[in-house]
Amino acid sequence: MLILQQIVNGVLLGSVYVTVAVAFTLTIGVLNFLNFTIPTLFMLSAMIAWAGARYGLPLGLAGPLPWPAALALGIAAAVAASLLVERFTFRYMRARYGDATEHAIPLVSSLGFLLVLENLVRIAYGTDTQRFDGPAANLTLNLGGILVRTPQVASLVVVALLVLALTWLLRTTPIGRGLRAIAENPDAASILGVDTRRIVPVVFVLTGVLCGIAGVIFAINYREVSPQMGDDIGAKAIAGMVVGGLGSIWGAILGGLVVGLTETLAIHFFGADTVQVAVWGLLLAVLLARPQGLFGHHSIGKGKL
Amino acid sequence: MSGYWSGVLSILAINVIFAYGVFLPVATGQLNLGGAGFQALGAYTTGYLAATYAAPAAVTIPLGMLVAALVGFLIAFPILRTRGVYLVLATFAFAEVVVGIIINSPALGGPMGLSVPDYVGAGVPLVAALLATVFVFYLMSTRFGLAMRAVHDDETVSELMGVSVRGVQVAALSIGGALAGLSGALYALSFGFVEVHAFSAVASIYVLLYVLLGGTQTPWGPLIGAAFFTLLPEILRPVLPEVAAIVARLTGRAARAPDDSWRFVILGLVTIAMMALRPEGVVTRTLVERLRPRRRLRAA
Repeated sequence: MLILQQIVNGVLLGSVYVTVAVAFTLTIGVLNFLNFTIPTLFMLSAMIAWAGARYGLPLGLAGPLPWPAALALGIAAAVAASLLVERFTFRYMRARYGDATEHAIPLVSSLGFLLVLENLVRIAYGTDTQRFDGPAANLTLNLGGILVRTPQVASLVVVALLVLALTWLLRTTPIGRGLRAIAENPDAASILGVDTRRIVPVVFVLTGVLCGIAGVIFAINYREVSPQMGDDIGAKAIAGMVVGGLGSIWGAILGGLVVGLTETLAIHFFGADTVQVAVWGLLLAVLLARPQGLFGHHSIGKGKL
Repeated sequence: MSGYWSGVLSILAINVIFAYGVFLPVATGQLNLGGAGFQALGAYTTGYLAATYAAPAAVTIPLGMLVAALVGFLIAFPILRTRGVYLVLATFAFAEVVVGIIINSPALGGPMGLSVPDYVGAGVPLVAALLATVFVFYLMSTRFGLAMRAVHDDETVSELMGVSVRGVQVAALSIGGALAGLSGALYALSFGFVEVHAFSAVASIYVLLYVLLGGTQTPWGPLIGAAFFTLLPEILRPVLPEVAAIVARLTGRAARAPDDSWRFVILGLVTIAMMALRPEGVVTRTLVERLRPRRRLRAA
């Protein structure tokens, strides 16, 4: 029964990883861009939500916000920051130098954003871990001996709906078709009438929404936020994405859950310090033995989403 | 020389060596985001040998380098099967695994860190940094350096021209590993204490940014990048409180003591600006050519 409880916990933890991993995989799949600001957006959303609930809006516009407004504010902040990242990293990706490492320009730029955003939050709110009092944190459901907190169930439903909505967006809407076309071949898509300047920001809006929701879900469920909270989640989400296969959304979902389960089971059987070796060893093994991931395709840019 | 400045110089020397360790793979076209893993190998090898066998620095430093180089050589083969984003992720994962193994090794102090009973003054890192700089400058001027540049610019053409692409990449990763290991060994002996937090993913990110901002086309880049960002906090130290005081006077709010975070904000902003405006780094090959005193042309 204890094992079953651990598995349930692993799935719940994995659902946070899934959301962030989907954001990573979407950006890589469509734009071939490893966006290192994603963990920072996750952190920003949770910290802004916490600050909104604690202090209210800046310049005395409003006092402490009720939690739904605070959470919405956090997600909005993540989306805004994500669009800022698009403006200053991705638009400069145009190949100008014929340099073998030029694909790294947006990646390096996003590392710069990671430093800026994380440290600005640190300057504004301090480095301490803060307590976040979300809604209904203490309500628990007892499912045949397994304890599940209500917010966790709600989070799981939200994550599932989010992923389904994303799949629908990509499969059926004109925007989704544009995104898939860009993923396949940006030049051809552009020639055939896809407005890349309009469509590319959509990826960043989606990234912001996914990370924002993941951030507030984490804040509600684990009831604490800190400027460092993104580092660990980001690393685990990257691991999940790689295990699942870069560019594949269903791969990221399965990979995120696998990492969540690996983590809780490694803690259960071997102790907390082994998590890093278990998760990263899994990642390294997958990268070296099967670089396309467990469920991914052979190369980025073909047949994903 | 005060203890404070000798400490700053030690850090400067260690960062320069570390930057060269990451520069060599990057100059061959492999974005190495696992620098801290190699540094940790050097630091812990040296620290462990000094603590357990009381070995002198003349033995522990070369062994630290050797272990890091050997591991670099061994992981080069699987890691170089991957390319692009996958290579970045593989090097990143490698560093995390190294740190994870150290945390789980009681012999290495685990998460508590390892205290190193040996000590070297600022002179040793400075001499080592000088030697490393001369070595990398020499290396880049040889045929091997030319092959590195060729592989960086175009692997296929290099292969066609008879360059052993795989050999050059493996050598760059191993020699880079040795230099990163040397920086780790000197770190352990300069500070007398090593703990895994010093070798986190963030450390790998910083050193990669130093190298890329300095420029990867010439060996001047890492030197200038590492020197600038190591000395930046020293430059900012007297300036920041003044700025904070002025801002406080203008806004009428109480000034808070400015903390270390600002230097990272500045590093991040400089990174974003550089990638947008001059992604090849501050020092480029053309810049070096232009600054070099012109040799008189021989009479034709």
